[in-house]
Amino acid sequence: MLKKRNHLTLSLIAIAISFVVASIVMLLSGINPKIFFLSLFRTMTGVNLQAIGKENFFNARYLGEFIQISLPIMLTGLSVGFAFRTGLFNIGAEGQVIIGGVGAVIIGVLFKLPWIIHIPLAILVAALFGAFWGWIPGILKAKFGVSEVVVTIMLNYTALYLGNYLIKALPGSDNQKTVTLASSALLQSDFLRSITGNSRLHWGFIVVILALIIYHFIIEKTTFGYELRAVGFNRDAAEYGGIKVSSRIAYSMAIAGAFAGLAGAMLSLGTFDYGRVIGAFENYGFDGIAVALLGGNTALGVFFSGLLFGGLKSSQSLMQASGIPLEIANIVSALIILFVAMNNGLDYVLDRLEARKRKKNETN
Amino acid sequence: MKKFLTLALVLLLSLSLIACGGEGAKEEDKPEAEGPQSETIIDNEEVDKDSLEEITIGLVTDVGGIDDKSFNQGTWEGIQFYAKKFDLPASNIGYLQSTSDADYIPHLSQFSEDKKDLLVAPGFLFEESLKKISADFPDQKILFLDAVVDAPNILNALFAEHEGSYLVGVAAALKAQDAGKDTVGFVGGMDFDTIQKFEAGFEQGVLAVDPDMKIVVDYVGDFNNAEDGQTLAAKMYDAGVYVIYHAAGGSGNGVIKEAKDRVQNGEDVWVIGVDKDQYSEGVYEGNKSVILTSMLKGVDQAAYDVCKLTAQGKFEGGTVIYDLKANGVGIPADNPNLTEEWTKTINEFADKIKSGETVVDPVPSRVK
Repeated sequence: MLKKRNHLTLSLIAIAISFVVASIVMLLSGINPKIFFLSLFRTMTGVNLQAIGKENFFNARYLGEFIQISLPIMLTGLSVGFAFRTGLFNIGAEGQVIIGGVGAVIIGVLFKLPWIIHIPLAILVAALFGAFWGWIPGILKAKFGVSEVVVTIMLNYTALYLGNYLIKALPGSDNQKTVTLASSALLQSDFLRSITGNSRLHWGFIVVILALIIYHFIIEKTTFGYELRAVGFNRDAAEYGGIKVSSRIAYSMAIAGAFAGLAGAMLSLGTFDYGRVIGAFENYGFDGIAVALLGGNTALGVFFSGLLFGGLKSSQSLMQASGIPLEIANIVSALIILFVAMNNGLDYVLDRLEARKRKKNETN
Repeated sequence: MKKFLTLALVLLLSLSLIACGGEGAKEEDKPEAEGPQSETIIDNEEVDKDSLEEITIGLVTDVGGIDDKSFNQGTWEGIQFYAKKFDLPASNIGYLQSTSDADYIPHLSQFSEDKKDLLVAPGFLFEESLKKISADFPDQKILFLDAVVDAPNILNALFAEHEGSYLVGVAAALKAQDAGKDTVGFVGGMDFDTIQKFEAGFEQGVLAVDPDMKIVVDYVGDFNNAEDGQTLAAKMYDAGVYVIYHAAGGSGNGVIKEAKDRVQNGEDVWVIGVDKDQYSEGVYEGNKSVILTSMLKGVDQAAYDVCKLTAQGKFEGGTVIYDLKANGVGIPADNPNLTEEWTKTINEFADKIKSGETVVDPVPSRVK
């Protein structure tokens, strides 16, 4: 299908509509939407518009936290997006994040190495663990035609429990967490902390920038990426054209898993400095679906939509403290996804509006 | 045009749906207006309202949320009770709900930057975050419930669960004796020292009433696995256990469910609840419940007390143990399933503990 409007326009319209609808919801619930937007702006820039000129109008901690929170969901966005481009639906990013995080923790707990080896090794292992977890549904799909949706959903649960088991089995772990990881494996930095008012900003942003570039390069610039996209457009035609579809599917899922595994490394080595036993899914993978959808599965799109969803997520503290309940931000996120998913319908409505305008102009 | 109308209608309908949803969420989210008064908080000290500073209090919940029927909710009720009793403006108290443990640090930082007079963190899950926050904000007064972080600005409130468990042990033994049964059971969440305190107190309470009573002990290995809890309870009831005391969080819901199923099938079995009065969770018919009684943890009492201390300017870092004497543990005031005579006996045992005549050992005989 050839689109007359590009994805960017439709996404921006979807965001605008969802903000409008959310504002109506807030008004109906007796909340001033202005507070919502001011909080969101303050979270994403650190600037308090209501206190310009006064001292403390800028708080760098908000900025640092905002970037820090956006990092893993950008990576899961890349993960889901990569699979999408090959026509696969990776609901398993959640599990790949968990397994990747466990991989990083294992390296952080068991090894004592100089940081120049330790950090890259921990990140690499996280990516490999995630890749393996993505490769399983990929190979099952390629060899036996098993639906990757079903397998990835089941593997999410497997990852949750296996991950907790492995975390508890590491030396020194208690029921809730591992020992503190070797500092040589951590992405955390006192320097970044100090310039951002003690936020949890860490070096992981470099990993994310590299991941965005690699994603763009593989998908847009290589033959391999071209083949993947061809498989995504039309599997039979790709097969006919001489592309080894089944191996491409397995590769695609493995690479998608690697991106999600990196998100796990961000959490284990950056946000926290210990491995955690988690009771339930933390929705990084599911956020990734929304990010990929809004970002149109391109590197740049994922970057910006990751920032938006990261902003909504990290504005929670400020919003709740200003009396906006937790549910409002959830409603906004849900509305954005809803309107983006409706982009065909949106396109149709816009067409009709334009047609009517043209008609009006003609009659005049 | 027809299509457009349909589209508009659909949009309108979905809007109204969302609006309703928003409204519901809001009501649920603001229980402070006329939330139920806590009947569990005791304060015998008469204080002049004017001598108290008008403080601001911030609570950060763990992932359970504000309406978890447990720690978060109990703590919030304590804070609300304080605010109501001393006419604090509603805007002086507030909470931030966490959706994941990654939220703890930003939430705690938010309230610290807002310069709340007291920051409250309920539950041991906050341990790692509080280590960082207490260093980042050395002037922030913090109340930490149920675990210990050593910092000059943190007041840690611990609870003497073994003393409360002793009392429900007494209740279990009295009930079993009355029915001519000889076995009671304990289901724990995970087998480590904190939960072993519950087991120890229960064991000693049961044996204080009847030294020949048999006590079956087992652990689920998880606090959030109701299915495994139910399986374990079924095993125990099949083996002739009459009353089960659970200290297993969410897994305990499975124990309660198993008891409800059995009672509905004509069997006679009982459960003792934990942390909050769980009577309503055990209701199977009308007003009848399988919950014999519950072991209460007075997080509300601790929150209330520390709010008051802060307002009096008496807040000090360190560790306080909320025992039976301090109303930190106990059983509900109202126990429909206990006779008056039994309640009297239980209170006698409670007085002995309060006076120091009976000392409850926090370590179970199994571990020694």
